[in-house]
Amino acid sequence: MKTLQLTLGPVLFYWSRDDILRFYSEAADWPLETIYLGEAVCSRRQQLRGQDWISLGRELAQNGRQVVLSSQALIESESDLRRLRKLVENGELQLEANDLGAARLARQQGQPFVAGHHLNIYNADTLALMHSLGARRWIPPVEMDRDTLSAVLGQAAFNGVQIETELFAWGRLPLALSARCFTARHYNLSKDDCQFRCMEHPDGLRLNTREQQAFLTINGIQTMSDGCHSLLPHLADISAMGISALRISPQWQHTANVVSGYRQAIDAITAQQKPAVDLSPYSDSRLVDGYWRGTAGIAAIGETHHAHS
Amino acid sequence: MPATRPLPELVCPAGSLPALKAAVDNGADTVYLGLKNDTNARNFAGLNFDDRTAREGIHYAHQHGRKVLLAINTYAQGGDISRWHRAIDEGAALGVDAIILADIGLMKYARNRYPDLRLHMSVQSSATNYEAINLAQEMFDIRRAVLPRVLTLDQVKQVIDHTNVEIEVFGFGSLCVMVEGRCLLSSYATGESPNSHGVCSPAKFVRWEHGQQALGARLNGILIDEYQQGEPAGYPTLCKGRFEVEGDTYYALEEPTSLNVMSMLPQIIDIGVAAIKVEGRQRSPAYVAQVTRTLREALDAAGRESQRFAVKPAWTQALSKLAEGQQQTLGAYNRPWK
Repeated sequence: MKTLQLTLGPVLFYWSRDDILRFYSEAADWPLETIYLGEAVCSRRQQLRGQDWISLGRELAQNGRQVVLSSQALIESESDLRRLRKLVENGELQLEANDLGAARLARQQGQPFVAGHHLNIYNADTLALMHSLGARRWIPPVEMDRDTLSAVLGQAAFNGVQIETELFAWGRLPLALSARCFTARHYNLSKDDCQFRCMEHPDGLRLNTREQQAFLTINGIQTMSDGCHSLLPHLADISAMGISALRISPQWQHTANVVSGYRQAIDAITAQQKPAVDLSPYSDSRLVDGYWRGTAGIAAIGETHHAHS
Repeated sequence: MPATRPLPELVCPAGSLPALKAAVDNGADTVYLGLKNDTNARNFAGLNFDDRTAREGIHYAHQHGRKVLLAINTYAQGGDISRWHRAIDEGAALGVDAIILADIGLMKYARNRYPDLRLHMSVQSSATNYEAINLAQEMFDIRRAVLPRVLTLDQVKQVIDHTNVEIEVFGFGSLCVMVEGRCLLSSYATGESPNSHGVCSPAKFVRWEHGQQALGARLNGILIDEYQQGEPAGYPTLCKGRFEVEGDTYYALEEPTSLNVMSMLPQIIDIGVAAIKVEGRQRSPAYVAQVTRTLREALDAAGRESQRFAVKPAWTQALSKLAEGQQQTLGAYNRPWK
């Protein structure tokens, strides 16, 4: 059995250029195999331009990290496509395709790519098709439960499709994308004149129910969970399923602790020991794992039924 | 600009046989429907078509010279996807005019198995740009793509200018504020989403709580909204609830509102949109009849009058009664909405 790899997903929030560069200079020393870079959420977030991301990627790659450039998930305009083409044509770094158009461009370049979770691969036929386009790794939709994934992987193996699987293992879940910017809406601004208010919320804006139940996170045009998805309790099972890698989604603070916690847990499992890692101090939200267990994604770890149902 | 563009097809929803007949009788060029299972993204109890009603509906539409599209627009799940394959087989056997698919794996199945069957790319495929659409065309010869409700009219034009695939846009109905196919809010709250189960904010998870002051609407226990006495209560669709953000309680994502593109019809015709879709397979035959009749009149008038076209107050009045929250918007077609 291969040891689980750890990856650092793209930063989904809007951080300043300095903060991003500082974050990656620290991440360069973290115990993980792959770093995903780039702006995957909003076309207005351009603290780093395409070429900056490519240069940063080259530096990190020289330090022995595998680097993948994540494409913007919602591609609406010709300028979005121009930025995407630039990423695809960098000639060196792999692409995470978060849109079918990105998959098409990577295929045209003959470039192997990572099929991001936005590509909606829910079965082995579609996985085989994406593999035939050049995907060498895929990230299942974050809502996919353990049993469905197991069935897909079993069928894919039966069909002889060899592809690496990476799971979204830690962080606020990216749940939805819109044309509308909900952060701008909160401040009564239009999207075209958003004044980049996202930057004031480096982990997004919390959305509570009217009963003050923390529910979702507003992150510009993206809606995320408030709960912090954690697959930590399931690592032994995940490892046995033949998953290749686990993705840690960057958060404003404590990402280093999360990465090292996962590393310790993976090492323990590799040594056939029970991991004794508690990452709850490193999240300011409840830890949830409902999706993996085939129930509502909001269900907290260890919770049989949703608390209010 | 070409002197005369063909009028876009008016594509209307049919959640039941009476709704299908209402659409056909009131001027729909095309109706779309789904089967009674989770292969279709409006998988509501009591709605949709079995073999007998589908046959009768298709016969009725074809007799009147109209087309029928079958929506198989959820993503085939897991190891056994024979249900989705059977749905495609059934559509082909029924003689529908096209099948609307979201999952590219299913497009491949349909293309291989039925080379002559016309395929449309569902809005649930989240194809928002021509590169994505052209990929599906190259591989599966799709003939039409339905765009998610997130592009401005200029962006729609940009897509049309760079593809041979016909483009269908949403014209009227409940406004889905998220990119279709890219929204998991429903499964986060309930475990079921449009991609996986063909449902958003499923009714079986809805609970109404009658308090002394207010009526609470819960989805799997989560309070989606609360209505004071006398305030009209809407269905607790997750993204159209009232929530609290930094001390403000408001429709944080979207008000209950309907999309209505009537005032933009001349531009929609000019840029070469092939079809205009009306949302609402969960709606009554009376709703379908009213919306279809109104849009038929408006579309024909826009075709005749071009830039002189003006929306008649009677149309607005007719549709506003049917709009969610009695509110209407041009949605993303109109930049200020964003």
